[in-house]
Amino acid sequence: MNSRASTVVAPTKRPWLRLETALMLLGIAALLLAPFYFYPIFIMKVLCFALFACAFNLLLGYAGILSFGHAAFFGGAAYFTAHAVKEWGLSPELGLLVGVAGAALLGLVIGFLAIRRQGIYSTMITLALAQMFFFFCLQADFTHGEDGIQGIPRGRLFGLIDLEDPLYMYFFVLAVFLAGMLVIWRVIHSPFGMILRSIRENESRATSLGYSVSLYKLGAFVMSAALAGLAGGLKALVFQFATLTDVSWQMSGEVVLMTLLGGIGTLVGPVFGAALVTTLGNYFATSELPVTLVTGVIFMVCVLVFRRGMIGEFYASRLGRRLERRAED
Amino acid sequence: MTTIFGIPIQAFLGQLLIGLINGSFYALLSLGLAIIFGMLKIINFAHGAQYMIGAFAGYLLLATFGIGYWPALILAPLIVGLASAVIERVALSRLYNLDHLYGLLFTFGLALALEGTFRYFYGSSGQPYAVPKELAGGYNLGFMFLPKYRAWVVLASLVVCLGSWLLIEKTKLGAYLRAATENPTLVRTFGINVPLLLTFTYGMGAALAGLAGMLAAPIYQVSPLMGSNLIIVVFAVVVVGGMGSILGAIITGYMLGLLEGLTKVFYPEASNIVIFVVMAIVLLVRPAGLLGRDT
Repeated sequence: MNSRASTVVAPTKRPWLRLETALMLLGIAALLLAPFYFYPIFIMKVLCFALFACAFNLLLGYAGILSFGHAAFFGGAAYFTAHAVKEWGLSPELGLLVGVAGAALLGLVIGFLAIRRQGIYSTMITLALAQMFFFFCLQADFTHGEDGIQGIPRGRLFGLIDLEDPLYMYFFVLAVFLAGMLVIWRVIHSPFGMILRSIRENESRATSLGYSVSLYKLGAFVMSAALAGLAGGLKALVFQFATLTDVSWQMSGEVVLMTLLGGIGTLVGPVFGAALVTTLGNYFATSELPVTLVTGVIFMVCVLVFRRGMIGEFYASRLGRRLERRAED
Repeated sequence: MTTIFGIPIQAFLGQLLIGLINGSFYALLSLGLAIIFGMLKIINFAHGAQYMIGAFAGYLLLATFGIGYWPALILAPLIVGLASAVIERVALSRLYNLDHLYGLLFTFGLALALEGTFRYFYGSSGQPYAVPKELAGGYNLGFMFLPKYRAWVVLASLVVCLGSWLLIEKTKLGAYLRAATENPTLVRTFGINVPLLLTFTYGMGAALAGLAGMLAAPIYQVSPLMGSNLIIVVFAVVVVGGMGSILGAIITGYMLGLLEGLTKVFYPEASNIVIFVVMAIVLLVRPAGLLGRDT
């Protein structure tokens, strides 16, 4: 009897799992109810950025690579999806797939060059290559330069469900978001994720253990890029336009801020960070104060005194530790 | 009309001159970045903002106190350098023991905040800054017209780059700096105040950016966003030259500026990205950069 129960319940060696599962279910329930109480477009925006930040965190938090060029994948995929849906007339799910494939390919190229150097050097390389992609988007024909691609049809999901209906669109976005999170969760808890973490902690040690470090890093890079692309394509469908804003380096900075604010290396931290940054952005967009001033100050304060982020601080707080201890008993 | 490769020689030389001007700014900025990186191991993302503030300092000195170009050429870099030294003391110095990424993130936030502040007060449009009357006009070289001010910028940047290089390679202060880069602990045991050296270095790097901004003020308009797009190109220049290599930063700065100018002549569509393409190629062939050491 006992043994059977323990196979159903989470293994005891993972004290957080039970609590996390409970919180996760609570969060999903809240998201299911949210569109009836809040403006759906806003929550969809938060979900897109949350997925983007989680994808970014997969690379920074688990592989220890800081990319300052993730806007290329996010905004690039937005363009690819927009073009596929609008010009080729593909259905939304195939459009998203085009976006993801394009972002993964971009990730392969940029990642291949970036991981030739380590740490801060690779960060600069991602930044510069993403900027190169920005100029490409500025001049390429299919992106329509400064105008961007506008009036993207949301279409019918699998040819059946009309996504022009905000509520259907919302649940589609939620489903994609949860699927993306599930993928990230699986990757983190797989042997692949373990090896990534070992590379982050001690790269030469991982090499000496016989792991092909650059292959793992590249794998993480491509995966992160593909998921960022999923978020970008989704955003294009939600807002029905794709513009240069999403490929600019400011966007790359914003996703760093979301992750830092929520908690680098925590699964759900970036979701909270994204929610907070998006809310702040909406709030200050109507005020006199430029958003960059506000984000800049938050950035500096975070780096100086709040490096663990919201979720990281929670885990380190007295309450978090007590919950952890209780879960262990 | 004389032509080179089917291009009128005036257009060719004109673009080459623009390339040389841009290269002068690339060299000055990447020199500052390389100095800061070499000592502090921090990528100074605020370099573009410091360049912008240098230009604004000159503009404000003239607008509020009536202080002209020549005194401002000294004062503006001094203001930027001192303010940056204070920031280094108060905030940046707390991050040295952490992962170098935090230094990058902090200066990124600083850049955003500074740009936001100036945008709040001065809007996004540019403010004109007149060319000083000593340098108005230009020389007619027969085959092209060379504005005096542009010649002055190229000359000034060459002198400053050479001076900084000599300061670091040939003086006692430079020797301390280089020694502190190699082994800060050992240098401290000799009784040299390394934290002060670090503050000085950051201030000096920032002052170089401020000087570049002041030089740029009469050429480009003084605007809060003038530094933000330039800085990423300069990052690429630093990567090509080899991070922390001072000579590499200077030489690549000029070379890539000229290359950009040439691309504008032969294939204008690619002029925005040519520097990044060069960076990608250099990374493939020589990951440490042209004059960098393998780390």
